[in-house]
Amino acid sequence: MNLELTERAFAPTAPYLVGREKVREFARAVLATAPLHHDPDAARAAGFADVVAPPTFPIVIAEATLQQLLAEPDAGIDFGRVVHGDQQFTYSRPVVAGDELTATLRVTSIKTLGGNSMVTSESAMTDASGAHVVTSISTLVIRGDES
Amino acid sequence: MSLLDGLEVGQVVAERAFSLTRDSLVRYAGASGDFNPIHYRDDVATAVGLPGVLAHGMLTMGFAVQPVTDWLDARGWVSDYRVRFTRPVLVDPQLGAVVTVTATVVVLDDAGARIDLTATVGEQTVLGKAQVRVTAF
Repeated sequence: MNLELTERAFAPTAPYLVGREKVREFARAVLATAPLHHDPDAARAAGFADVVAPPTFPIVIAEATLQQLLAEPDAGIDFGRVVHGDQQFTYSRPVVAGDELTATLRVTSIKTLGGNSMVTSESAMTDASGAHVVTSISTLVIRGDES
Repeated sequence: MSLLDGLEVGQVVAERAFSLTRDSLVRYAGASGDFNPIHYRDDVATAVGLPGVLAHGMLTMGFAVQPVTDWLDARGWVSDYRVRFTRPVLVDPQLGAVVTVTATVVVLDDAGARIDLTATVGEQTVLGKAQVRVTAF
C-alpha cells in the first residue's frame, strides 16, 4: 500500500445529473417501495422538488471516485483482493432527482493490520450551487498475499 | 403526528423479512453499476475461494434501511446511515436467501433519533454497527 495516497489531491468528478428514472430504478433494486422514491406528487407533498433518492443511492456516484483511486498507478490496490469493510453516508439534505452532484475524493486513512490493508476514503458531494449534500465514506479491506 | 411522539428507547419500530433471489442481484448490479461477477457467476465466486455467489454488501445495506423509511412515512429523513459488513449473504440459485431486519430505537434527542438495525440470515448477523440517524422534517 502506498501511504502517500492520504496526501494526494484528486480532481472533482464530472457532474452527475440525478435522473428521476434512475432514482426509481435504484429504488426498485433496493426494494424501496415508499412513494417518496417513485411518485413526484408524493415527494412534492413532503416538500421536495422531485422523487427522493434512497439513502444508499450516492454509492452510484461514489463509484466514479473509487475508480479514480483504483486507477492511481502507484496505489498498489489489486481489485481482486478488495472487500468492502464498512460504509457510511452522512447527509446535509436528501438527494433529489434534478440534483447535479460533483464528488471529490480524499483518502483519509490507511492502516495495515495482520497483512491486510484498510483504506478509508471519503467522497464529498456538492450540488450545482456548491453546497454540500452528502459524503460517502468507505473502508476497503485489501487482503494480503497470505490470506 | 410528529416523528418523536410516543417514541421510546428500546422500542422496535419495524421488522421485516426480505427474500433475495439471483434475480435481485442482477437487478442491483444493473441499477448500481457494480458488475463484480462474484455477485452473479458461481464459477468466478468459487475460483476466488467463496462458497458461492454473494449478495452485494451495498444491496443488503440498501434494503435494510427500508423498514425505517416506511416507518418514517415522510415525517423525517435518514440523515446518516452506516454499517459494517460482517458476514456475506450467500444467495442459493434455487432457494435464494432471506434476510430479516429489525429496527430498534437506541437514542432520542431534540434532532431526532438513532435507530439501530439488526440484519440476520438464520441465526447469523450479516451487518454490524448498523446505525440510522433519522431527523424530523
